[in-house]
Amino acid sequence: MKAVITVIGQDNVGIIAKVSQECARYDVNILDITQSVLKEYFAMVMLVDISNCNIAFTDFVDNMKDLGKTMGLQIITMHEEIFQSMHKI
Amino acid sequence: MLNTKDILETIHMINDEHLDIRTVTMGISLLECCSEDINRVCAKIKENIVSKADKLVLVCEQIEKEYGIPIIHKRVAVTPISLIAASCQSLCQDDLIKIAKTLDQVADQIGINFIGGYSALVHKGATKSDQLLIASLPWALGETQKVCSSINVATTKSGINMDAVYDMGKIIKQTAQNTADRNSIGCAKLVVFANIPEDNPFMAGAFHGIGEAECVINVGVSGPGAVHSAVKNAGDCDLSNLADTIKKTAFKITRMGQLVANEASKRLQVPFGIVDLSLAPTPAIGDSVAHILEEMGLERCGCHGTTAALALLNDAVKKGGIMASSHVGGLSGAFIPVSEDAGMIAAAASGALSIDKLEAMTAVCSVGLDMIAIPGDTSAAVISAIIADEISIGVVNQKTTAVRLIPSIGKKEGDMVNFGGLLGSAPVMRVSTLSPEKFINRKGRVPAPIHSLRN
Repeated sequence: MKAVITVIGQDNVGIIAKVSQECARYDVNILDITQSVLKEYFAMVMLVDISNCNIAFTDFVDNMKDLGKTMGLQIITMHEEIFQSMHKI
Repeated sequence: MLNTKDILETIHMINDEHLDIRTVTMGISLLECCSEDINRVCAKIKENIVSKADKLVLVCEQIEKEYGIPIIHKRVAVTPISLIAASCQSLCQDDLIKIAKTLDQVADQIGINFIGGYSALVHKGATKSDQLLIASLPWALGETQKVCSSINVATTKSGINMDAVYDMGKIIKQTAQNTADRNSIGCAKLVVFANIPEDNPFMAGAFHGIGEAECVINVGVSGPGAVHSAVKNAGDCDLSNLADTIKKTAFKITRMGQLVANEASKRLQVPFGIVDLSLAPTPAIGDSVAHILEEMGLERCGCHGTTAALALLNDAVKKGGIMASSHVGGLSGAFIPVSEDAGMIAAAASGALSIDKLEAMTAVCSVGLDMIAIPGDTSAAVISAIIADEISIGVVNQKTTAVRLIPSIGKKEGDMVNFGGLLGSAPVMRVSTLSPEKFINRKGRVPAPIHSLRN
């Protein structure tokens, strides 16, 4: 099972390091990372494998959200399926 | 890897454009709850609903979190209660009110937002049980919080039951009076229908049809904000391109609805029924159907051109949505409830939008005269006549139409009425005071239109 972690906000030193560290803590494997700037947003998108996640996925979603708050960023974690179904036929 | 632009678009639609799943509605058959003893009926109803829907809220909350998509309401729709109540010996009005209160208690117990199906299908005639249910409405709706009722008074196939239309004028007025201390909120939970769908997930008209399975999951999507934004970004294109833009957005919205429906169905182990493609507004800024119409180029919703713009919008939403879902049903179209839509409220308050224009608009979109506050002293005959007009549009055009009017006791034209939450607020709108009484008092049945004879 895959999920997408989206980080939105101001660019800063150490964003990838902190998000990666949190992923490693919960056995969430990073498959791909892209960065882009869309309109006023800086955005980093990570595709991760949550098959071996060692806590409930809903808790992982909350933890990532909290991590975002401490860094002044918005971190949204969602099942990959929602993007697949909305944008692919 | 997924396209970053697509991911950010989805997040933008959810965070900034109010994209959400309006409702996951579980339809439950209560036919096995029939019994001669009213207390037994109530006990079985409770047992049946709890056994099937006790995890509904929990599962929906999990899906919300995992997929990051808000599910605003969790609801239950049941078999029309008049059918279940008919099994009771020496049925009386108090028995029906007892069932309504049972439904309200169960809704509280399982934590859902609304329960629909305190309903009767009387399009050709009413049984004793139907009559008692209709008579009980002012008290059943006045003494409960979450119970919703729908009365089907007409179909294209059978014509209009004008006896029921006559009764409903009086019932709506009495319901308004019984809940006058709460801005006549009882009337917001009561809809009069023509051609009522059996699988509609939206309230107040949801019920579990008799052609349905034991238990199903139906999902209603929303998304006026996302469509508004797409229309805005389309710029000064012609109407063909505008229709294409709306179709593409509707496709995305509906795919999300289908995904949630599949997931809820799998986790609850209940078959998937339908996705309802409706554009359902809320009073929040940026979640308005009227604002889409204005973005299309109208100075104010209600001006000439509104019906045409709405027709295009409604058609494009359906065309975009139909390919995104395996089964489409319910109402599926744009909703135009006055009190639940910031743009409609503003248009009505400024005098740009009249009941007459709304009636014309209902000929080209789903549902009908919805959440409209009218003066509290409007006569029952005028209410019945408004119902008759609207229902005729549905019957002749072979579509669903409905009426949800709120006579605001003690209020006059122009006063604002606040219903709270998703029900919003509305200015009391002008209705003609000329009398249709002689016509309404004739009662009887309006015969089915000639084009209903298709066999």
